[in-house]
Amino acid sequence: MTTFLTRRTALLVAATCAATLGLAAVAQAQTSIKIGYAISRTGPNTGGAAVTTIPNYELWVKEVNAAGGIKLGDKRVPIEVVQYDDRSNAEEAVRALERLINQDKVDFILPPWGTGLNLAVGPTLNREGYPHLAATAVTDRAPELAKRWPNSFWMLGTSADAAKTLVELLSKLRDEKKIGDTVAMVSIADGFGIDLSSAARPAITNAKFKLAYDKSYPIGTQDLAPIINEVKALNPDVFIAFSYPPDTLALTEQSRIAGFNPKVFYTGVGTAFPLYRGKFGKNTEGVMGIGGWSGDSPAIKDYLARHKASAANGAEPDRWASAVTYASLQMLQQAIERVGKIDRAAVIKDLQTGSFDTVIGKVKLENNMPTRYWWVGQWQDGEFYGIAPAGNEGARKAIVPKPAWVAP
Amino acid sequence: MTARTAGLGVLTLVALVLLAFVPRLGNPYYLALAISLLQYTVLATAWGMFSGPTRYVSLATTAFFGVGAYTVAVLGEILPWPLVLLIAAALGAFVAAIVGLSTLRLSGVYFVIFTFGLTELIRQLVVWFEVNKSRVLGRYVFVDITQADIYWQLLALAAAVFLLGWLIARSRLGFALRVIGEDETVAKHCGIDTTFAKVALFTISATVMTLVGAIMAPRWTYIEPSIAFNSMISFQVLIMALLGGAHRLWGPVLGAVPLTLLFELLSARFPNTFTIILGCIFLLIVYMLPRGVAGLIEKLAAAPGGKTTGRVAA
Repeated sequence: MTTFLTRRTALLVAATCAATLGLAAVAQAQTSIKIGYAISRTGPNTGGAAVTTIPNYELWVKEVNAAGGIKLGDKRVPIEVVQYDDRSNAEEAVRALERLINQDKVDFILPPWGTGLNLAVGPTLNREGYPHLAATAVTDRAPELAKRWPNSFWMLGTSADAAKTLVELLSKLRDEKKIGDTVAMVSIADGFGIDLSSAARPAITNAKFKLAYDKSYPIGTQDLAPIINEVKALNPDVFIAFSYPPDTLALTEQSRIAGFNPKVFYTGVGTAFPLYRGKFGKNTEGVMGIGGWSGDSPAIKDYLARHKASAANGAEPDRWASAVTYASLQMLQQAIERVGKIDRAAVIKDLQTGSFDTVIGKVKLENNMPTRYWWVGQWQDGEFYGIAPAGNEGARKAIVPKPAWVAP
Repeated sequence: MTARTAGLGVLTLVALVLLAFVPRLGNPYYLALAISLLQYTVLATAWGMFSGPTRYVSLATTAFFGVGAYTVAVLGEILPWPLVLLIAAALGAFVAAIVGLSTLRLSGVYFVIFTFGLTELIRQLVVWFEVNKSRVLGRYVFVDITQADIYWQLLALAAAVFLLGWLIARSRLGFALRVIGEDETVAKHCGIDTTFAKVALFTISATVMTLVGAIMAPRWTYIEPSIAFNSMISFQVLIMALLGGAHRLWGPVLGAVPLTLLFELLSARFPNTFTIILGCIFLLIVYMLPRGVAGLIEKLAAAPGGKTTGRVAA
């Protein structure tokens, strides 16, 4: 018994020592810019963060450091990265940021992935005066949040805008007599699906379309065949799914199997992922989805090549938020370089008022939000091009009706 | 005895006053850590209040925590804060009373499974309501509550919980529960209204958990079911209470404090191997400290070879 106790005591002492040492070992660097982020490396957000956010952060840091660093005045200082895992948990994300700010004393912070986590860390970043370039958050409260937190920048726009642009495109196609007026809409019962479907519902009926089908399905639904079969029986001209990646893939697969081929086939998050093309190959032709980019622009082509070269397994970026994320990093860098020193208030001011050269073109924010977004994209010849709003530079013409499914 | 109690009371008061000054240190990181420590201390103590004496292992912590957080999400911007807390507490008590009346006849593993399912049930109900009725999923909480306010509220709640636990342990209810924990059939034969005793304590413990959820909610701004009903909380609270030793009122603290610090240290130093290390630590705890830190302290305090009560924490 006695030996047991001493062994336990020894263990406890050892653990305490290790803990103390760990806490004490906070390195201090002078000749670098410290940039910190907490990102979801585990938990439900991992997939999104691994495709859209992490590769872009790593690519940017690698490129900036290869060029000697960020220019402060007349010298370049390299970026030093401090990063944590927020475990897809809001409380963890907030605490990680408080640790970055107060313990690691980072100079700038890059945002987490996803709407929920960006909103969760908003108050902290605002209180501490760090610029917050939310590149993966879609929320209808964005304009209000930008007013409430002047340090926050909402790069991906609002879901109401997304729904409005989609319906405008449909109206135009109907005016051109390319489609009729029956619409079937399904949505996932989660933040994204509900936001978009509640914005699209009135927009669709106001534009005098007939909403023949309007249902939601719970997150994690495995079998989507009943939905597709019901929708197919209604023979709509337009199929809209405000879906998440797993169900985007499942709905497409089911439609192909059931031979359901409406004139417009639109699916949600995940359509713009390289994974989608990997799975459906030729069958992606004519599929529309949320997002898009100017696939013909030299800047985007160059970005795609660099991203592929930098990512561990030659992974491609998604065709929506990836380029926006990278552009937000370029904006941050340009703002810091124009200010010429670590002055976060001045950098925020520059982000609000300056204009920036980025991979998605020239960006100038108004009320802390960009003025142009890609809301509808379409797979054409193996690339996901932006097609709406049609006024955007590089917008392609939509291919309607969608070509028939082919055997894989 | 009374002198000792008075001494303890004075000590506790002094500690409380000292702790109340933590937000004045001016370091938001330490404040965040302190909030986390208090949150888990209160949750684990509330868990131990019911599960310690009765030995009913409950995984419903998340359910009540989530009810509290969601009450704030729905009412936070409409009603004054004290009223919101009051409604959250009432809701938590109401749900707990219903759940308690219908399930505390279950015992052993059935109760564990039911409480785990309860969290999922409430979560799905909230999702169903938000999807089909309110047509928003994910709510924003913009209330004027600072981190220091959250800390002080949690500290007050912690003080209240310890006082309550101390009073209950000295009351007929506390005695009844200990008898139930030893042998429920004997308790019934002694004329104890076992159902009332269990439901009463379950409700008290759940109300405290609900309040913690409500107090913590303003920290996140954005609340959706997956954030409010994160089942990790149930498991963390359980393991903290077990490490500390749930058979003593002060036991769960001894688990909550070191484990919260450990989680913090691990996520700071080993962000990528966090879960692996955590798993190993849980194994160590179960094998090396079956009766928790409180049990270890009691064993050390007792004379070598002294008699042990032979009680297992859960």
